[in-house]
Amino acid sequence: MFAKLLTNHYEAVAVILAGIGLTNLLLQKNLIKKIIGLNIMDTAIYLFLAAKGWVSGRAAPILIEGEKGWIMDVNNYVNPVPSGLVLTGIVVGVSVTAFALALTLKLYEYYGTLNIDEALLKMTQEQEVHEAEIMNEEQEDIL
Amino acid sequence: MPVIEWLLLIFLIVCAFAVSVAKNLLNSVIIFMSYSLIMAVIWILLQAPDLAITEAAVGAGVTSILFFLALRRVGQLEHKKEDEK
Amino acid sequence: MREDIKDLLNKFFNWIIGNGPRPENEILPPEPPPDLPFTRRNSGRKSRFHEASINERYNEWVELHGLHIFSSLYTWMSVLTCLVIILLLLITVTELPPFGDEHNPANNEVVLRYIKTGARETGAKNIVAGMILDYRAFDTFGESAVLFTAAVSVLMLLGASRRNRTCEKNIFKFGITSKSFLQRGPPLRVHIYRQDDMILRGIASISIPTILVMGCAIIINGHLTPGGGFSGGAVLSTALILAANAYGFDHVHYFFNERTFIFSSSGSLIIYALAKGYSFFTGANHIPSGIPTGTIGNILSGGLILPLNICVGIVVAGTLYSFYALFSEGDI
Repeated sequence: MFAKLLTNHYEAVAVILAGIGLTNLLLQKNLIKKIIGLNIMDTAIYLFLAAKGWVSGRAAPILIEGEKGWIMDVNNYVNPVPSGLVLTGIVVGVSVTAFALALTLKLYEYYGTLNIDEALLKMTQEQEVHEAEIMNEEQEDIL
Repeated sequence: MPVIEWLLLIFLIVCAFAVSVAKNLLNSVIIFMSYSLIMAVIWILLQAPDLAITEAAVGAGVTSILFFLALRRVGQLEHKKEDEK
Repeated sequence: MREDIKDLLNKFFNWIIGNGPRPENEILPPEPPPDLPFTRRNSGRKSRFHEASINERYNEWVELHGLHIFSSLYTWMSVLTCLVIILLLLITVTELPPFGDEHNPANNEVVLRYIKTGARETGAKNIVAGMILDYRAFDTFGESAVLFTAAVSVLMLLGASRRNRTCEKNIFKFGITSKSFLQRGPPLRVHIYRQDDMILRGIASISIPTILVMGCAIIINGHLTPGGGFSGGAVLSTALILAANAYGFDHVHYFFNERTFIFSSSGSLIIYALAKGYSFFTGANHIPSGIPTGTIGNILSGGLILPLNICVGIVVAGTLYSFYALFSEGDI
């Protein structure tokens, strides 16, 4: 079993990285670190996909010029499909990161903290104050 | 060649672990930047040059710049200087 | 006058509730003893089998220890979950076919087709570029649209502060703060660059043209060499970012502002959609559509791949630069 892990080392590392990213997402209280954890999970999945497409002893999927023109034989190139998929993923990952960071900045502007727990605490306090204000207004209306 | 592969992969795991352990946000962003660069090298090894170029430009460059800018806007970069003063 | 009305209303409500004037010969029930902390605890301990007291004790206990126990339980449970997930996935990895073997199920007939006939059908030397911009062009279109949408939503989120800021811009030159109408916490810091860094300007004047040429080369050679719209666009955006750092955002505004960004990006997306729509209507599965594919290896080959690469590059460059500008200044 361990020998199989050694032959599939890229996949094993990708799995471990995904686990570390998930732990970051669950355990970190800081929002920016949470976003970094999301990015690590992203890259781990790209690594897994790219590793599935690699074939030993073959060149990158760009046509090589042989003696009789372009070589279009499968035995010369690695799998191009994962590259295409991952290329899409990287760019979408950047836009997701930018959007999440913008939301984080807005949250910081409103609550003054990057810590998710403090922000939640402030939110509940604010809600209680708001409810108390509403109660007071109702009583004043009655009076 | 396998030695370099193993070194890079171990470095990836160490980087990912260090990001979550690092206390300073600036440190963790810089470690994440190096993580992306290592990823670009690994993609060269996996015969995917398209991915390597994109990762080096987008992952290591633009994403890290966005993180730095966000840190500066929330005032995390000037934190240490104020303490020293 | 108003005081009188309030007094009257107060009396009325007191009467309704029952706090009104008492009859003189009323026998009041004896007052309960004052609520001392120790007596209350003792009474609670005596009647611990009553439901109410158990509930009270439970609530008290939860208030005292609940948060602490929950947070430690959450930490341990999440660590445990992650470890279990990693373990399960590692066991799955041991069941996977060996890494780098050519008979893996991932290397199936799709790959065979892409490599055997891809270059002939699309005219692109780089098989990945031919794949993502010809066979799977809708995927790339959606991706560019996602990028543009992200840029527009970041513009909505962070660009709102600039309307309040423009009037203050002349007062404070450095360390200006943005005030939005929702703000409660400390202000976000907006840093205006001192635009007189001679070293940065000297290096930028040499390196910006180089970076621009390199980005354009990566985009234009996208179907021949590794690269393409995404990486080339990112390189172009770094040239814009360098220009904004060295010469200031006002300089970049001359040729790249919000209008330019919106028009160029949406124009590129529309051109992409029209071109791909034509190709899909006239012959999606490489039925002859009248678009020459050219000879493999030339710059002018690959049919629609070159213009589509340029469109994607424009969208990516504009988007990434606008991310930078919005995050650093709150304005494109």
